[in-house]
Amino acid sequence: MLVIKDLAVKFPSRFGEFTAIEDVDMTIKPGEIHGLVGESGAGKSTLGAAVIGLLSSPGYIANGELSLGNTNLRNLTPDQAHEIRGDRISMIFQDPQTSLNPLMTIEDQLIETIQAHSNVSDSAARKRAIDLLEEIGIKNAAERIKAYPHQFSGGMRQRVVIALAICTDPELIIADEPTTALDVAVQSQVLDLIRRLARDRRIAFMLITHDIGVIAQIADRVTVMRKGKVMETGDTPQVLGAPTHPYTQALMDAVPPLDRRIARFRVPEDAGAAGVVTGNTAEKWLLEGQQHVLTGLTLQDICVRFAGPRTSLFRKPEPYAALRDVNLEVRPGSIMGLVGESGSGKSTLAKAITGLNTPSSGVMRLGDEILPAGKARSRHHSSRQLVQMVFQDPYSSLNSRHRIGAILTEPLWFYGFVQDARERARLVAAMLELVGMAPDAIDKYPHQFSGGQRQRIAVARALLARPRFLICDEPTSALDVSIQAEILNLLKDLQSMFGLTILFISHNLAVVRQMADDMAVLRNGVIEERGTTEDLFARPKAKYTQKLLSLTPVMPREWQSVG
Amino acid sequence: MVYFILKRLVQSVFVMLAVAFLAFSLFRFVGDPITQMTGVETSVADQERLREDLGLNDPFVFQFMRFTTDMLQGDFGFSYRTRQPVAEMIADRIPATLELGIVALLISLAVGVPAGVYTALRPKGFATQAILMTTLVGVSIPTFVIGIMLIFIFGVQLGWLPTFGRGGTVQIGGWESSLFTIEGWRALLLPAITLGVYQLTLTMRLVRAEMMEVMRSDYIRFAMARGVPMRKLHYRHALANTMVPVITIIGLQFGGVIAFSIVTESVFQWPGMGLLFLESIRFVDIPVMGVYLVVIAFFFVLVNLIVDLLYVAIDPRLRVKDV
Amino acid sequence: MVAFLKRYEGLWLFVHSPAAIIAAIVAMLIVSGAAFAPWIAQVNPYDLSSFSLFDGLLPPFWQEGANPQYLLGTDDQGRDMISSILYGVRLSLIIGLAALAIAAVLGVGLGLAAGYYGGRFDAIVMRIADVQLALPAILTALLIDGIARGILPASMQQDLRVAVLTVAIALSLWVNFARTARASTFVQMNKEYVQAAIMMGQRPSRVMFVHILPNILGPLLVIMTVDLASAILLEATLSFLGIGLPADSPSLGTLIRIGMQFLLSGEWWILWFPTLFLVALVVSINILGDFLRDVFNPRLR
Repeated sequence: MLVIKDLAVKFPSRFGEFTAIEDVDMTIKPGEIHGLVGESGAGKSTLGAAVIGLLSSPGYIANGELSLGNTNLRNLTPDQAHEIRGDRISMIFQDPQTSLNPLMTIEDQLIETIQAHSNVSDSAARKRAIDLLEEIGIKNAAERIKAYPHQFSGGMRQRVVIALAICTDPELIIADEPTTALDVAVQSQVLDLIRRLARDRRIAFMLITHDIGVIAQIADRVTVMRKGKVMETGDTPQVLGAPTHPYTQALMDAVPPLDRRIARFRVPEDAGAAGVVTGNTAEKWLLEGQQHVLTGLTLQDICVRFAGPRTSLFRKPEPYAALRDVNLEVRPGSIMGLVGESGSGKSTLAKAITGLNTPSSGVMRLGDEILPAGKARSRHHSSRQLVQMVFQDPYSSLNSRHRIGAILTEPLWFYGFVQDARERARLVAAMLELVGMAPDAIDKYPHQFSGGQRQRIAVARALLARPRFLICDEPTSALDVSIQAEILNLLKDLQSMFGLTILFISHNLAVVRQMADDMAVLRNGVIEERGTTEDLFARPKAKYTQKLLSLTPVMPREWQSVG
Repeated sequence: MVYFILKRLVQSVFVMLAVAFLAFSLFRFVGDPITQMTGVETSVADQERLREDLGLNDPFVFQFMRFTTDMLQGDFGFSYRTRQPVAEMIADRIPATLELGIVALLISLAVGVPAGVYTALRPKGFATQAILMTTLVGVSIPTFVIGIMLIFIFGVQLGWLPTFGRGGTVQIGGWESSLFTIEGWRALLLPAITLGVYQLTLTMRLVRAEMMEVMRSDYIRFAMARGVPMRKLHYRHALANTMVPVITIIGLQFGGVIAFSIVTESVFQWPGMGLLFLESIRFVDIPVMGVYLVVIAFFFVLVNLIVDLLYVAIDPRLRVKDV
Repeated sequence: MVAFLKRYEGLWLFVHSPAAIIAAIVAMLIVSGAAFAPWIAQVNPYDLSSFSLFDGLLPPFWQEGANPQYLLGTDDQGRDMISSILYGVRLSLIIGLAALAIAAVLGVGLGLAAGYYGGRFDAIVMRIADVQLALPAILTALLIDGIARGILPASMQQDLRVAVLTVAIALSLWVNFARTARASTFVQMNKEYVQAAIMMGQRPSRVMFVHILPNILGPLLVIMTVDLASAILLEATLSFLGIGLPADSPSLGTLIRIGMQFLLSGEWWILWFPTLFLVALVVSINILGDFLRDVFNPRLR
């Protein structure tokens, strides 16, 4: 049993000590899956690293108790701590692609780990390794064990990682976002596996994740952290269903439900910059520019091919179809949600619309006009202004060497809207206000803002081009859930104010349900299903959609507060 | 994998062709080959006849093709200065330079790799800081100064080692080697160290940087979390992964070793290709300069092909197909 | 103050790195000495009338027989060592900086364009870089020098020595810039701010120079310092090999070559003082380069 009391971890830095976590109490019993949730900067991963003794330098445990069974983990020498790692405590990392040594076979890595902690012969260790792989669901293990990591798919690799973590029968496993890099179907299998291991082998899990759905599905108990402190801890149904701490309540309010649509997210007042300011210059400027024309988009039989990997000097590389015969209609003034897992071609489609890649066939129409594809679209084509995009990663979508003022005035002079520099500055300040930012942001650089603030700035940049068609490519997937709620509210408000047509791309079904009027499900470059959002959620026709909906982890209805 | 090797082979051929073209342009356009080959007393008519005989009036592409085929058959033309076949002149000098280069490279690897690993694993230690500072000074001292200092200390002041020439050499087949006599090794030591020091510092810094990068990777952290013994962790996991980029760079460096041997050979009067090249520059002996270029590029390309093969041997991602 | 330093992390690191401070001071001293050489130096080593053979081979001031007027002694011609060295550094720096500027403009331009356009243009630039790599820096420089000897008439050769040397060094260094700029540009091309700029329909030149270039300056600055050191070393090496600058307008390398003749005869100062200055200058530049690398790549710290 893991017992943590009053734990504090500090990182000395040249500007004094930074306290990563403090006053943390937690116990995890054998066989218990203990969820640890919190937004970025909450100290979840630091807590996990402290338990297994792998705090990144120069962090150290400043205070508190940390014990596993009868062993005090704080009193160990580095050698003793290293022996306990793997033997009694093990860990699963987020990304199976990078967790395995690419130069060693699975067999070597497994045998090495087993032999590190018990004195067994090679053949005994191999037998154990093969049995283990069979147990966690790798077929034909005796043969597959000879393979190198790159020969396994992502889901299989995460199974191998789990096999490596449990091959020495540890008492506790720290799983740091173990399913975040996986697709829904694989995620559900890995979660089943974790549940089975906890039940059958009595392994205790510390499950670190930002995904409330995952916690709701498999955690027995939950601890909610924020800024290094524990906010609330208890049984999962109690913490998620009837949270007592205001922070947990706000967090739960921000989680988009999968099974119904809510008008707006409830966002706490003190989160700042919540609402849209109405009636300012920027709003008037935008309204006067649009002349109330709603612009839709139609895609007909769009195919995008990329050159595949070249395998021979004499044969042409097999082209690889990223999109096949995609037909899509975005009704003027509506929001079209485009859902798909990673690699399904969502971003390829966005790039085709914006002219960043060239479809091999098909027709794109913006309003009544045909959109030239790729290089054929001139730099001065009207769509360059009418179609704007809000990108996924607010840390890379703003040029970090330019001031916010320079970033935001660029569309104004570039499209020739406003000639006078002072006028531009005034409009930019008003636009910042419109998206809920203080106008003094103009003189700052992007790195002085948080992810959510940057995404607001990115939205402002898109609006300053006076667009009629907005593409939002996973606009909230890099953000914490409470920030996500704010940004989604903002997008909803702006859409209803200016009648924008939006293509909203996301892998998150629940988010799309909140945003979209119509939606389409994309898989391997093919549209599996299209329809109105409510229809599609209520009566999914395609097998794939049904599977997606049933496998996405959700909270039981009775836990949800009524939004 | 076959494709990978083939692709590299094609690239190598391209590099060789480009260098051959460079050498050919040198020969054809820098100075007039005819005036170089003939004396003042040769009549204009004779010169024209020679020009015609040598095919210098043929179309350019034709001439280049003939130049390349000649080279492939081992015909490298004649030196303007000595009137000897260039092939012979260079072949005589190759052993000296290669032995020097290889011994220097071995020295740099034998010291550089362990030093790099040590400084990567103990980034904060006093020894590490000292080594890092020393290597920084090492890359800042020009090769020729290192050579002069070594000559001054071990040759002039202490009188332990010879300061010029190859010492005792042994003829093995057509290969004149200094690796089989004590005299030969004594003569080789100072030049090889001189040449090796610069490579050593580069190797060490590179191994260190790569190793530190690898030590931060997820798979090393995961191996840590599984309690894989530290020794295995460092040498089996980390070092092996470090070697993949390191051998690439070492391949690139071998060209540098051969080129920098020009300086070393000049300081120690080491009778290798570099010294020959320097002389040929002084006398504008274009054919020798051109052939030297081609030979250097050939070694470079050859070493890099070997490196590619090593790459395939180390990295299963290039060797084994997806199942 | 702390807030100010927090904002300019590089400055904070600098103030707390004794090696970098010392290196900066040494480099500043040598560079300003060279820059003001015509006003500081007692004699002009290029002007035969400003020194006399009678003052030849005087040792530095602490040795017997020294003339305190010449602190570091004189060479066989009677030139003041300090003056020769300052003028030598001046020449070495001029050539190094000029070569660096040419190499940077050529390399960064080609690298940016290769990274931006990709495809065939990139392939061509990189194949040329491959060929250049097969012929290491010193070889390229020697070769260009050799070609210049073959092409230029003898009368022009003397006048154009500095130019030939500069071009030779520049051509052997551009690949570094091109490869670094290209690799960094590739990284930036995948960033969304670049895609946003391209989507807007901005001119390629604006995307490259206004958007991408400021974001890849860090690694380029590191290359620039390291390559300045290389350029100075290369110039010294070429001059040492007798292919660089002639004895009547000596750079540091030439001074060292001349000093070599006195290696065995006891006039050690003629060899070792120029050597010391050369090494001190290059070591300082390299320490600063290392420091910059740490600032821009904090993970190696």
